[in-house]
Amino acid sequence: MTIITDPPKGSFRLSMLLNDTRYRSLTLQAIAAILLALIIFYLANNVITNLQRLGLNIDFSFLGAPAGYDINQRLIEYTSQSTNLKAAFVGILNTLLVAGLACLMATIFGVLAGVLRLSNNWLVSKLMSFYVEIFRNIPVLIWILIIYGIMTVVMPAPRAFRGEDAEAAMFLGISAFTNRGVYIPGPEFTRIFGEMGILSAGIGWLAAMIVLIGSFFGARTVTQRATRIQEATGVRPSTLVTNLAIWFLPIIGFFIITGLTFEIPELKGFNFKGGIKIGAPLIAIWFALSIYTGAFIAENVRAGIQAVSKGQTEAAAAMGIRPNRIMSLVVLPQALRVIIPPLISQYLNITKNSSLAILVGYADVTATLGGITLNQTGRAIECIVLLMLFYLIISLTISAVVNVYNNSTKLKER
Amino acid sequence: MSDTSANAVAYVRTETVPASLPPSNAAGPAKWIKENLFAGVGNSILTVLAILAIYLVLSNSMPWILNGIWQAPTLAACREILDGNSGACFAVLSERWHQLLFGFKYPAELYWRPSLAFGLLFVALAPVLFFDLPRKLMIFTGLYPFLAFWLIWGGPIFNPILALVGLIVGYLVFVRLEKSSFALALGGGIVAAVVVWSLSKLIGPDSAILSIGKLDSVQSRDLGGFMLNMMLGVTCVSLSLPLGIALALGRQSSMPLIKYICVIFIEFIRGVPLITLLFVASVMLGYFFPPGSGVDLFIRVVIMITLFSAAYIAEVIRGGLAALPKGQYEAADSLGLDYAQATRLIILPQALKISIPGIVNIAVGLFKDTTLVSVISMFDLVGMIRGPILASTEWNGVYWELFGFAALLFFVVCYGISQYSQWLERRLATDH
Repeated sequence: MTIITDPPKGSFRLSMLLNDTRYRSLTLQAIAAILLALIIFYLANNVITNLQRLGLNIDFSFLGAPAGYDINQRLIEYTSQSTNLKAAFVGILNTLLVAGLACLMATIFGVLAGVLRLSNNWLVSKLMSFYVEIFRNIPVLIWILIIYGIMTVVMPAPRAFRGEDAEAAMFLGISAFTNRGVYIPGPEFTRIFGEMGILSAGIGWLAAMIVLIGSFFGARTVTQRATRIQEATGVRPSTLVTNLAIWFLPIIGFFIITGLTFEIPELKGFNFKGGIKIGAPLIAIWFALSIYTGAFIAENVRAGIQAVSKGQTEAAAAMGIRPNRIMSLVVLPQALRVIIPPLISQYLNITKNSSLAILVGYADVTATLGGITLNQTGRAIECIVLLMLFYLIISLTISAVVNVYNNSTKLKER
Repeated sequence: MSDTSANAVAYVRTETVPASLPPSNAAGPAKWIKENLFAGVGNSILTVLAILAIYLVLSNSMPWILNGIWQAPTLAACREILDGNSGACFAVLSERWHQLLFGFKYPAELYWRPSLAFGLLFVALAPVLFFDLPRKLMIFTGLYPFLAFWLIWGGPIFNPILALVGLIVGYLVFVRLEKSSFALALGGGIVAAVVVWSLSKLIGPDSAILSIGKLDSVQSRDLGGFMLNMMLGVTCVSLSLPLGIALALGRQSSMPLIKYICVIFIEFIRGVPLITLLFVASVMLGYFFPPGSGVDLFIRVVIMITLFSAAYIAEVIRGGLAALPKGQYEAADSLGLDYAQATRLIILPQALKISIPGIVNIAVGLFKDTTLVSVISMFDLVGMIRGPILASTEWNGVYWELFGFAALLFFVVCYGISQYSQWLERRLATDH
């Protein structure tokens, strides 16, 4: 039997604010609030006094003024007469471009290295641990500078390609690796989209994307049908040929209809013309981030695969499932649950580390908004606040995605 | 047919036959090679590819390294000695090692001071890293920051001693008041320390006490090279650890206001790249100090990097706190311990133990990230290479030797730390 006693109904004393658990947390929070307000007031007061003393003010109108500088690597139209806002936007797109490319390649490196590190082959697994240790323990900044050095010091200048007995030759006759960047054949649509002017390439690739999405759904239908037949009859019809046809025939047909040709870069004057130029800074930051983060992803992949207990593989083998299907049906789904959250946080790291691009002169958002615009307009506070806001939005979006994923793959415990 | 009975057996072997050796391809190195290098077609292909890759790397780099020139005044002279052969110009390292390690402005005759501080760092770290050493050594660890400050920056010994005395007085006040209330003791300790520090105002600029133990003073902006990386790394990690613990406890707190302050701070810092925080340190942080205070760049950078790593350490420790079974909290409550006691005696020792690998990871990452200060034109190791050395007429174009050297230094330190962390994890493991 429990006896419930009311708390003593004495009169309120001041000491109860600290000694009574009912009020203590309120007191502490009130103190914290006052302290916080004081600190903020102190800092804000300092900022205002300092700005007044220097004759500065907070003003975002510089964003509308002409930027006055050129950007080499850009995805959208931009001239030195465009506004600072547009320069920042070009920078944002460049950041997203290099982050996207690096995420893709880092995943490939990481998965390869992580799986190979678990290989039975002693030499290969040692080689992969060597790769992981070397790249994880040396700052990414040094890797960026080393790869930039390879791109600019080791690669031949465009003029080395000139003449009958040139010192350098184009790779397979279609790509040129020079110290100004890599020139690769640029795809062009000669029919249908060719007449549409400046937008043609964009719309053409959008259409190609739609065709690929169509193939994806087609292939999925075939696979689902195969699964239905397997469940009904126990025999799985072969889907390989059909799926390959569904993936490749439409897109090849699309390219033939639209007349896809590749423009091969040519040496004209002092430089290569035509094709797509991937600048040395982009390559440096892209590869350095990929190889560096790949080493971290390799560790995540290895941990994920090792987290699936051996009994799972053995049980699946005992049921007579073939080794590659054990991997895809039993091990991978369980390993992915462990791998994906740290993988996404590595993607976040890549995005944040892409800000180091400023070091090799790649025009990402840190270099445009936080670098040249800041230095030219002197609007340090505004530029840095906007810059931080951009990265913050990206990070919070990615964390939201991780949370959704974690909730959807949580073990359903009953 | 009684012949077949057991008694009538004609021959019985009385000793065991010695086991015959396994076939030569199923034992020894041959077996090992077969199992580990050439098991199956795919495996063999991988092995051949790996050997090919190793051969390509070694055949290109070994002659270059072994042919290296260690003595030459300039790159041109070095190339002359090499005479067109492949070879490294390590001469740049023997010529400029002092710049790489100490920066280009630190007075050459004072190199012994940071070197001594670096050596003593290991003595100070030893009792922290290895629990078996006598605990008395911790006294030196406590003195070390003040000693290192005096050695590196120079100036009168009075300043570090005053700072130390302030801390000791604060600590004594804290111990004295601790019995009554933790919060009161903390506040009293801080007030006592500040009172002692403000006593220094009484001493005039030309007082005799300032000439005791006076070393030639060095400005913060003259610090550079790998020394700067080490200083930033060690200072920021040790400062961010208590801050990170406080943030983690705040984030777990039941008081909404304190919790949300911590959450917003942590998520904000983790959401932006370190480089933007360094921009804040270099161009913006000055505005937050009272007009005319002129806090120097080194301190501003230390502040920002400390805040940065504190947020990450807080997340690691929060993981440790969350991993503790709820029973530990309840047991502490049922013993009648208050929040401060329970946290200090029960919760944190266990939570920190779980978080050690994570904290070490953050520390290694932070140490690597100290190279970013070269972006805001501080001349750390990478800044020295990119700036004064590669831009000099003597060594313009020496690329791989310098970056190789920088990579080697960082690799040695970071790999060492991660090996230590693995050793510590095995050491602290109490399960079987």
